[in-house]
Amino acid sequence: MNFIFHRKRISGILTIVPANERSFVEEMKNFNFPEARSLKLKEVMGFDKHRIVEPGVCVSDLAVFGMEHLFKKGQLRRDEIDALILVTQSPDYFMPPTSSVIHGRLNLKQDIFCMDINQGCAGFVIGLLQAFLLLEQQSIQKVVLINADVISRKTSSKDRNSYPLVGDAASITIVERDVEDSIIHANLKMDGSRNGVLMIPAGGFRLPSTPDTAVLEDVGDNNLRAKDHLRMDGSAVFNFVQTEVPPLIKSLLEFAGVSMESVDYLFCHQANRFMLQKLADKMGVPYAKMPSNEVEHFGNSSGVTIPTAIIFNLQDRLVTEKFKVCIAGFGVGLTWGAVLLNLGRVNFSEMIEYK
Amino acid sequence: MKSLADILKEIRPEFDFTASSDFITDGMLDSFDVVTLVATLDKTYGISIDGMDIVPGNFKNLQTIETLLSKYKSPK
Repeated sequence: MNFIFHRKRISGILTIVPANERSFVEEMKNFNFPEARSLKLKEVMGFDKHRIVEPGVCVSDLAVFGMEHLFKKGQLRRDEIDALILVTQSPDYFMPPTSSVIHGRLNLKQDIFCMDINQGCAGFVIGLLQAFLLLEQQSIQKVVLINADVISRKTSSKDRNSYPLVGDAASITIVERDVEDSIIHANLKMDGSRNGVLMIPAGGFRLPSTPDTAVLEDVGDNNLRAKDHLRMDGSAVFNFVQTEVPPLIKSLLEFAGVSMESVDYLFCHQANRFMLQKLADKMGVPYAKMPSNEVEHFGNSSGVTIPTAIIFNLQDRLVTEKFKVCIAGFGVGLTWGAVLLNLGRVNFSEMIEYK
Repeated sequence: MKSLADILKEIRPEFDFTASSDFITDGMLDSFDVVTLVATLDKTYGISIDGMDIVPGNFKNLQTIETLLSKYKSPK
């Protein structure tokens, strides 16, 4: 599905990562594998460091910490927020919406549109599209898009397929109207028939959590996991990405009438280094144009990896320069989408640690 | 240049890869071993195996891997 938006822009990005940094080498003993094999994987997949929240830390804690930081620095005022979108798969509660929890903790005005969106690795794309749609309303001038997840709390530390890659983080992206006649193109696709490829089987109403669903089971390849934990069919995800993402991006660029050569950066969801480099090879995109270095420093934090990769790679240049950027997210659902936009000369671009 | 058998032996030294016709079903290569193998083959032969070709069927035994490699090593 194609989208086109006019006069919208990202005016600031803040990423919040937990101060607690864990290393793959230290965690290797948790996995039932020879060290030599794990070390080979470290190189190929980009397993190195990842940021994990301390026990008890929730999505609203990371979000409120980041928002208060922006208020304190004068980069955002409470009374100018017309909409607050939270994209997460790890809400504080089933009910109320975590966006309401954040709204309450921040004492935001009542004249506001708050919503939760349950999305994962395509969550930055989905959140941006929703923000652009809201900005079509005259009453909405400024949208705060929060992507946040603490999925480590739902991942087995004895599952080598998932745990080394998982990271916790939040990002706050300010989306508002642009005085320039900017044009943003987007393309989004979904396939719910493959919803089981990435899931947490227990804990919802279909299969409520019980002592039985918390029991670790041998799920093959020497990995131990409970039904309460994240389950990822790595091979199916890999093949999904390699099959669906290149035509998605090709189709978006054709829709926009833009060549890949004129795109400065392609920021994809940071799943793992191997997957991204294979994707780059398939699309003939130089690695320098398509960074894959976020996951080795911070871990895969679902919808937060794209803003984190943008800040980590462009840093202060995002404040002074402007880039033509294609962003692409893909994951749970299955969902895959891409946005082509001009990004830069933002009011702030910063990464902070949650302590 | 290392042979395919040498490369497999480095990844899983405990197995004799000449004695199996299905490395996957025999439990000799798991999905992450396949990833390590692809990265090693790419580096050794200066190729980039297409992501669409990274499916279990192409890594069943020495012959299927050689067939896959011939697709990338043969002159275009």
